[in-house]
Formats: sequence, structure tokens, C-alpha cells
Amino acid sequence: MNIHAVRAIYGFEMSRWGRTLLQSIVSPVLSTSLYFVVFGAAIGSRIAEIDGVSYGAFIVPGLIMLTLLTESTSNASFGIYFPRFTGTIYELLSAPVSPIEIVMGYVGAAATKSIILGLIILATASLFVPLRIDHPVWMVTFLVLTALTFSLFGFIIGVWADGFEKLQVVPLLVITPLVFLGGTFYSLNMLPPFWQTVTLFNPLVYLINGFRWSFYGVSDVNIGLSLAMTLAFLVLCMAVIWYIFRSGYRLKA
Amino acid sequence: MTSIISVEKLSKTYASGFEALRDINLEIRKGEIFALLGPNGAGKTTLISIICGIVNASAGKVTVAGRDIKADYRAVRSMIGLVPQELATDMFETVLATVTFSRGLFGRPKDSALIERILRQLSLWDKRDSKIVTLSGGMKRRLLIAKALAHEPDILFLDEPTAGVDVELRKDMWEIVRSMRESGVTIILTTHYIEEAEEMADRVGVIAKGEIILVEEKAELMRKLGRKQLVLQLQDKLSEIPPSLHMHNLQLIGDGEELVFHYDTRAERTGITALLNDMRTAGMTFKDLRTTQSSLEDIFVDLVRQAR
Ligand SMILES: Nc1ncnc2c1ncn2[C@@H]1O[C@H](COP(=O)(O)OP(=O)(O)O)[C@@H](O)[C@H]1O
Ligand SMILES: [Mg+2]
Repeated sequence: MNIHAVRAIYGFEMSRWGRTLLQSIVSPVLSTSLYFVVFGAAIGSRIAEIDGVSYGAFIVPGLIMLTLLTESTSNASFGIYFPRFTGTIYELLSAPVSPIEIVMGYVGAAATKSIILGLIILATASLFVPLRIDHPVWMVTFLVLTALTFSLFGFIIGVWADGFEKLQVVPLLVITPLVFLGGTFYSLNMLPPFWQTVTLFNPLVYLINGFRWSFYGVSDVNIGLSLAMTLAFLVLCMAVIWYIFRSGYRLKA
Repeated sequence: MTSIISVEKLSKTYASGFEALRDINLEIRKGEIFALLGPNGAGKTTLISIICGIVNASAGKVTVAGRDIKADYRAVRSMIGLVPQELATDMFETVLATVTFSRGLFGRPKDSALIERILRQLSLWDKRDSKIVTLSGGMKRRLLIAKALAHEPDILFLDEPTAGVDVELRKDMWEIVRSMRESGVTIILTTHYIEEAEEMADRVGVIAKGEIILVEEKAELMRKLGRKQLVLQLQDKLSEIPPSLHMHNLQLIGDGEELVFHYDTRAERTGITALLNDMRTAGMTFKDLRTTQSSLEDIFVDLVRQAR
């Protein structure tokens, strides 16, 4: 294990983040706070409790997930795309590092960043709404698993992308809609039966519900299924990354 | 001398179907400066990239210090430093941070004293806290050398180290390369400047259209393939070469004052004696004579022409 290399990549990525720390933190925190104000305080006060949880509190786990998913994906994809774009990838490819070490460095850093952001948003949310965490260990487990899985996913996007637009497209056009349609703002029971069934094909439903369960002990889907779906996606991403390195796809000519 | 890199039957066909390297065989000796000389598009960068692990070979085998570059990539890559042709850098990093990063990436523990020594040697120490984006082209090139040296490699690849660099900086670069060799590093550089190979290399490999045309000690190459010219300064001006001398490979220059005879040092007979005999018969005398040797450039142009 080339631990020096993992540390070098991780440190490099974290310091890149550090240089733009303010904007990296301010913009997600600000936009999430707006959701709390608009949905939680303004509209939420007119919406009845869902499963015994006030509406403002109900949407918190979903909003943290939204940040976690988009930030993990875009951080990790940018991290590996940028050296491809500038040409500095030559150094990574010629270094005595294994694929696992490269992934540990990039994905580890991206996951760290989004976990920190998730926690900041959690802290921000607690200023607006009364929060309660029934299962803290599971909360952290879902937080870490999701950050890791979607950082792996982002890594894949960053290897696949051949332009900056593609980096933006996935978080914007895939993840954000799926989070919104995945029960962030409503309980699935509030949907007509047909749409309830359709929604069950949205993988993010399981993440959001699992995460919300760790807060309030309520969920629209089975928690075991939530965990299984998260792990399945994690394994899928790892398999794709394994293929990328084996074939040299978009990394080596 | 022991061989440190051995390339066997190496071929590369890019995904586009373009055959960039064809059946390359090459030995690099420990401690030498080897110049890989060839025109643009010859396959120099491709060859280097395969050895360094950036490009996958289509066929063939490369070993470094007896170890396979794929099976034993960790050991092999730890021994190698690469300075790429393109000046690819992380613009917003500082000089010191990026060189420190390189050392870590190549699996070495922090060593501030060593990094300081390298940066001083490359005249970059004063710039250590500057962002890379503020450096000049020449400084960036030296920075890439510093990055490549940060893990104390035994082998250094320099891909076109002086392309687009002015004469002054080119001389500096040659100095740097020489001092690196003094410290025991094996150096492989690619260039399309003949004078660079001539100036720097112990041995020269000529590559064109994906094939190694020849590998030779530089001096040997000059001697073996060197064409020479014998220039005869005539007593009396000539308006044209007399018919009795037409059988010789002659050329009249400088207003008919000088006669140039081209000959091949490799040939069994140079033809000089016959020429001088024929001149005496024709009643021609000369004041002075000199010989000139063709540069590696001429040799190179000949070789590449033959390869076509
Ligand atoms: N990724 C690639 N895909 C297809 N062709 C390539 C690729 N990289 C290089 N080539 C081609 O291979 C040939 C050799 O390129 P290169 O090794 O860069 O030559 P040199 O370094 O000697 O100038 C060139 O004709 C170039 O166009
Ligand atoms: Mg080249």
C-alpha cells in the first residue's frame, strides 16, 4: 500500500477545496436555508404533520441528502476530470499507485467534503426546526455510505465526461430531479397508488427514506431494503471503476 | 555496461487504427544519456508513454532493471521520473506544494531538505511560494523536472525538453541534464533537434514512422555514416568543371575558386587519390585544402529519406 500517495492525493484535493472554502460552503448552506425558510417556515406551517413529524423537520433529511448526493457527485467528478482536462493526469498514471489507492484519495476526499457539508446543513437546520435523531449510529452510517457511494459514482462521471457540461449535467438533470421526486418533500402515502408504484423505481427513495428513518423512526419503505439498495449501488459503482482501470477506459490510450 | 531498460518487439496501434510503433527493440544502458531522435509524429512520445505506464502497448514487452513494467509496476515506476512534452501543471498550486505532492505520490516520505536542494539546483527556490500560473515557460519546464526528480528516480525521461525554448535556456537545460547524469541518473531524451542529440547524447537512436532505424554510439554514428567534403582552393578560377573530371562527384563553388569533392568515409576507396591524379593530369593546381564533416542533421535527413 502506497500510503504516501493516498495521503498526497487526499491532501491535494482537500487543499483545493480549502482555497475555495467559503464559496464551497456558503452556496449549499444558503440554498438549503432557503428551503427551510420557504418550505419549512412559510408553507410548512400550513401543512399538517406527517407521521407525527412537523413538516419543517420532515424535509430536513431529504435536503441533507440532496446536498450529500449533488456535492459528492460533483466534487468527485471534478476531482478526476480536472487532471484529465489539464493534462496533469500523466503524473498519476506514471506513479507507482494502484487503482484502489487513486480511488481512496479522490473518493475519500470528495466524501469527506460532502459529509462535512451535510453536518453543517444539519446544524443549520437545527436553528430553524426542532430536530430529533432516534438512531444516531444509523444516521452516520447512511451519511457515510451515501457520501462514499455517490463519490464513487462521481468518479465514474469524471472519467466518462469529455467536457465540463457533462460534469454539470448529471447532478443537475439526474440527481436533483430524482431527489425531489424521491419523497424529500412528501410522504409516498400522499401520492395516488399508480405514482406510488412508479416512485419505487427511483433508487433515491430508498436512500431518503432510510436516512429519514434514522431521524424519526418513520419510513415509507422497508429499512432493510433501503440499506440493501445503497449497498447494491455501492458495489455497482465499484465494479464499474474496476472495469475502468482494467480497460484503461478514457484514462489510457 | 549493463542494460537498465529493455524493450522487446514493442508495437502500438491506437484505437483509431493508427500504427504508431512497429516492432521496437531497444536497450538503454545504465548511466547513459540516450537521445531518441526523430521528426514529429515518429512515435517518440508514444514509446516513452508506454514505458512510463501512460499508454498501453499493443504487443511486446518492456523490462526496467529486469522487472516487467506491468507485473511489477510499483517497483518500476518508483525508479522512473518523467518530464512530459506538454507543460501540464496545476496552475493554482505553489511550486513547493506541487513538488512535495509529487514525492508523496511516488511513495516517498517527506524530505524538505531534499526538495530544497532540488529546487535550488533548478533555480526555483526563490519561487517556492509562487503560484505556478505566474511562472514563465522556462521555469515551468524546470518545475516539471523538479517534480520528476522529487522521488529520486534512477531513470529520467525528458520528452522534448527544449522544444520551443530559446537558445540561452536550451544551454541551461543541457547543463542541468549533464549535472543530472553526473549524479548517476540514466537519461533518455527525445528531440527533433539534431544539434541537441549531437551535443548531449552518448548514444543516439533514430526513429521514424514508428520504427527504430538505427541505434549507435554518437561518435560511431558520426564516423560510420559521416560524409565528408574535401574543399580544394584552386590556383586559377574555373568557369566550369573540365570534362576529364566529370566522373568525380564534384561541385564548383565561390565564383569558381573552390572545388568541393563529396566522399563517403565508409567506402573502401574514397576516390581522393584518383581525383588528385586526374587533376594533375589536367594541369590543375591548388593553393590549399580542407575537409569538412557532415553534421548529424545531414545523416539524419539521409536516413529518414532511406526509410521512406
Ligand atoms: N491517442 C492517439 N490516438 C491516435 N493517434 C495518436 C494518438 N497519440 C498519438 N497518435 C499518433 O501517433 C503518431 C506518433 O505520435 P507521437 O508518439 O506523439 O510522436 P512524436 O512524439 O515522435 O512526435 C502520430 O502520428 C500521432 O498523430
Ligand atoms: Mg512527442
